[in-house]
Amino acid sequence: MEEVSLGKAVWRRFRRSKPAMAGLAVLLLLCAMALLAPHLATHPYDDMHTEDRFHRPAAEYPLGTDHLGRDIWSRIVWGSRISLSVGFLSAALAVSAGTLVGAVAGYYGGWVDVVVSRAVETVIAIPLFFLLITIVAVVHRSVFDIVLIIGLSTWPRVVRIVRGEFLKLKARDFAEASRALGATDARIIWRQILPNAIAPVIVAATLLIGQAILTESALSFLGFGVPPPFPSWGSMVSSGKDYLRDSPWIALAPGAFIFITVISFNFVGDGLRDALDPKLKR
Amino acid sequence: MRRYVLGRLLQVIPMVLGVTLISFVIIKLAPGGFMTVMADNPDVDPALVDRVRVMYGLDRPVMIQYLVWLGRLLTGNFGESFVEARPVMAIYLQWLPNTLLLNVLGMCCIFLLAIPIGIIAAVKQYSRFDFVVTAITFASEALPSFVLAMVLIYAVALPSHGAIPLGGIATYGVRLGNAGLTAVLLDRARHLVLPLTVVVFGGLTGLTRYVRSSMLEVIREDFVRTARAKGLPERVVIYRHALRNAIIPIITVVGQMIPAMMGGSVVVEQVFGWPGIGLMTLRAVLQRDYPVIMASLTVGAVLTIVTYLVVDVLYVVVDPRIKYS
Repeated sequence: MEEVSLGKAVWRRFRRSKPAMAGLAVLLLLCAMALLAPHLATHPYDDMHTEDRFHRPAAEYPLGTDHLGRDIWSRIVWGSRISLSVGFLSAALAVSAGTLVGAVAGYYGGWVDVVVSRAVETVIAIPLFFLLITIVAVVHRSVFDIVLIIGLSTWPRVVRIVRGEFLKLKARDFAEASRALGATDARIIWRQILPNAIAPVIVAATLLIGQAILTESALSFLGFGVPPPFPSWGSMVSSGKDYLRDSPWIALAPGAFIFITVISFNFVGDGLRDALDPKLKR
Repeated sequence: MRRYVLGRLLQVIPMVLGVTLISFVIIKLAPGGFMTVMADNPDVDPALVDRVRVMYGLDRPVMIQYLVWLGRLLTGNFGESFVEARPVMAIYLQWLPNTLLLNVLGMCCIFLLAIPIGIIAAVKQYSRFDFVVTAITFASEALPSFVLAMVLIYAVALPSHGAIPLGGIATYGVRLGNAGLTAVLLDRARHLVLPLTVVVFGGLTGLTRYVRSSMLEVIREDFVRTARAKGLPERVVIYRHALRNAIIPIITVVGQMIPAMMGGSVVVEQVFGWPGIGLMTLRAVLQRDYPVIMASLTVGAVLTIVTYLVVDVLYVVVDPRIKYS
């Protein structure tokens, strides 16, 4: 029998899912868009063409212009940088903090676990969105602030997943065996158990990115996002709200981009779930 | 059983203390604030600023302020709003019914739709119906409520020429006093259409998916096969035997839905100008009206904690197989 590495096996299974592959393709395009923003944008994002306000989509303005005469396509292209960086960075933050704490709580158990579990439940109990807008209202609202806030408010969910996996895995034979061989706790946690617990973490991370993008867009829709004139998709939708009757593209074009981005992450996350561990299938 | 419930109840206390303490400290540590706005105003006498600060106890250490706040809370007093100069409780009670109306109606619709949809999708797994349900589930999880609201305003409200209003909760002047009961109810219903659609669409998918997967699991169990083998009609097998067992995990989802709705109501209420708790909190945040923000956070947190408690207890009551420990 041909021997396949884990990565290859996962890729093989992942490739079979059409939505997952489509999602991955779209995400790669979006990442390219964010990286190549200066080349793809047809206008500077804050250039106001006052003579061309509310211009419908046309050759010069592919997705039309907004109420200040700014090119919507260019703003969407630049805005992808905010959405994607907030998504990736806050998920990375939540996953690393959540994995560390969840691993320690699950591995050691006892009072550590009790304290962590209660703390996590407490954080989860805070009405997140109220607290988010409260904090965001008073900080400077750089991309970094928003990443920090979204990341810190979602990490308890990762703690729960990782803790559960560790509780399950620490009693398995392979962990016992390396303990018997005299491995240190740190080694067992990072080299033995974590690789076995990584599948649900990767899936959760992918879905968290989509969630973070949704949260960021809702914050900026409410006016608590990265301050203007830098474009963020949520605030673009909000600015088009009053002009829906005659210029629907102002609100709907960035709205469509949020939708496509998040659904792509969800498709990829779902594909990964099935590919990494067929048992996890929902 | 009684000991279990009592024990869980006791756990609620440190959690509520934790949540309120965290919220309080975050709010107090935040730079700027209501007093800064006042102090920055050159027309305001600095002595007055100091007097107001002392009046609200803002000159004392944060921990003392928290304890004072907590002490008042125990008597059901959320303090006084900085902006409106009246008790927070009065403001809260004024806005709460609208949020309740929207969300209770939303919950009812979600249940009436999600349970049958989830069951049919599970019973006819891999059918076209199941495929469509799954596709819609995916779509709604990725569609922000405010984008759906924009689409609805553009595609439904605007073409309806006023039959479906763009926002608000009632037409000005249409009251029970001057219009008939039918006219008032009709007016309220017209205003409810769009916000309710957004609330239902947002909450529908989670429950539908849970019902579907829970049903799929139960359908494969032995007792369902036994029921079929006995020759019971399919209806009885599905709705009596399978559904009863499938419904248990759904309690958890409902528990998660209630707090989620609180948060989600901020966006929905803002888009449609629906005068509820979400909009109230949003305004309070913009005006740095801390007592009002604290009330929202506290009520939301207590609601969440109590919901989880009720879910845990219900689990034990509904499913005797679960041991309480």
